Amino acid sequence: MTIQIPTPQEIMAPALAGASETMVLNMGPHHPSTHGVLRVVVELDGELVVNLAPDVGFLHTGIEKTMESKTYQKAVVLTDRMDYLAPLSNNLCYALAVEQLMGVEIPERAQVIRVLLVELQRISSHLVWLGTHALDLAAMSVFLYAMREREQILDIFELVSGARMMTSYIRIGGVAYELPADFLPTVDALLQVMPDCIDEYEALLTGNPLWLERTVDVGVVNAEDAVALGLSGANLRATGVPYDVRKALPYCGYETYDFRIPVGKKGDNYDRYRVRMAEMRESVRIARQAWERLCAMPPGDFMTHDRKVAPPPKQEITHSMEALIHHFKLWTEGFKPPVGDSYVSIESPRGVLGCYVVSDGSPKPWRVHFRGPSFINLQALTHMAKGRLMADLVALVASLDPVLGEVDR
Amino acid sequence: MGIEEKAADLGVVTTSLEHVVNWGRTNAMWPLLFGLACCAIEMMGAQSANYDLSRFGMEINRASPRQADLMIVAGRVSRKMAPVVRRLYDQMSDPKWVIAMGDCAACGGIFNNYAIVQGVDEVVPVDVYVAGCPPRPEALIDGIMMLHAKVQREKISGVKEAPITLQHALLQVDVAKK
Repeated sequence: MTIQIPTPQEIMAPALAGASETMVLNMGPHHPSTHGVLRVVVELDGELVVNLAPDVGFLHTGIEKTMESKTYQKAVVLTDRMDYLAPLSNNLCYALAVEQLMGVEIPERAQVIRVLLVELQRISSHLVWLGTHALDLAAMSVFLYAMREREQILDIFELVSGARMMTSYIRIGGVAYELPADFLPTVDALLQVMPDCIDEYEALLTGNPLWLERTVDVGVVNAEDAVALGLSGANLRATGVPYDVRKALPYCGYETYDFRIPVGKKGDNYDRYRVRMAEMRESVRIARQAWERLCAMPPGDFMTHDRKVAPPPKQEITHSMEALIHHFKLWTEGFKPPVGDSYVSIESPRGVLGCYVVSDGSPKPWRVHFRGPSFINLQALTHMAKGRLMADLVALVASLDPVLGEVDR
Repeated sequence: MGIEEKAADLGVVTTSLEHVVNWGRTNAMWPLLFGLACCAIEMMGAQSANYDLSRFGMEINRASPRQADLMIVAGRVSRKMAPVVRRLYDQMSDPKWVIAMGDCAACGGIFNNYAIVQGVDEVVPVDVYVAGCPPRPEALIDGIMMLHAKVQREKISGVKEAPITLQHALLQVDVAKK
């Protein structure tokens, strides 16, 4: 299969010259249903989409370039702001790549904390997707329900890091701070209500005739095309391909957790919806297992003991000259990974998020590149929307769940 | 006292026209449905049930700039987006206000680089800046309250203020031709 995605100019030029019978419509970059600042140039024949060109770059932030001028630890802050619905996943991907480069061992407990938080992040990200997807198809109440639980998850992030969204909590070598005392009961409260809440959303949508009308058989992608298009995450699994990085290339000890990979059959909007809903339930299961492990572990081990990577605790600095030197070197100069490169991919809520780090032996990365799943998923839009109604395009963008911060970076 | 007391007994309230107009403007200030980046998610949070912006008559977001009074610039403004932001501002009908939500919209935030406009005030006049990365919903609500207080002090003199024109290199790009 060859992927042909036209440029906006290719669609606009014949229309501007008056050489085509079709109508060209500009959707975005300011449009309520493009989930950010995506511009889509659509060629229409009546109400049918003939051709479509996504125009990205309206949120280009230069994150990868800016990372080259920061030390390795400081660059963590920038990763938060790529996929702003899943900052912890971005942190994790970058931290894993640098850790692989340096060969740092991460304590078991820090791994469990990471898994727990990243799974909560997956739930919160899917909740925003669910709320906005339903909002685009004119179901307002689902949004209010979804944001209610999201706030509860954000409260947990605030508890551990002090920030609701941009936590930068996962650092190179482990996590930033020790967990607060009321962390475990707060997570427990959330995990107890969450399955019932997912039932509640499903009761509103799963059998709803209006919802079925807009999602079933809309935007069908078969498994072969999905692989050719490079789709990943729920968009790929909805076509029946059971690929999940957590199973295929486990990281952070995912191989020791018991969970299933939900897959769809047809690869339409409805399958993508079902897969994401099932993924939330699986995330609750993983988070519960991680919670149980944390309950059984003594507190304290949240950061690697490699003093070349992680700063020594404050009390050590006051009476150890060596600790003071480590602290000073880390915060004035940073650490120097060996010359080389590393690539790590993780399963972010949107799909395969990859991070490629190249080191030239200095305290700053020579190059950092991210494989943003949103960007690659978005190229399926033309393939999915051709021959469909204009109104379906709104549902399609929502169903692909792109985050423009990650598309443009 | 005088007439106020007598009139109040009759069910009549006396006030100044300016106060009534400003009261009306602050209590039905429709924001433009305009999200750029991370801050837009916190703006959505402010509008959902926990923080409930509808308490201030602001639950209704207008997707069309023609129907909106308030532009909340929620997120980083890239150089490609800046002309679009200005065009949207120009399309809004008077009176109109702008809140720069978050550090990026206020001053570029942590992105001091080639891609990001160092503060949206380079392209549109800003009334209130809300700090934070991203600001909490409470912070946004505080910014909106501050704007309401500012609007309450406005004069309706009948003399229209000269429109603010900004000559910036970013605005010389014509989006229609791209």
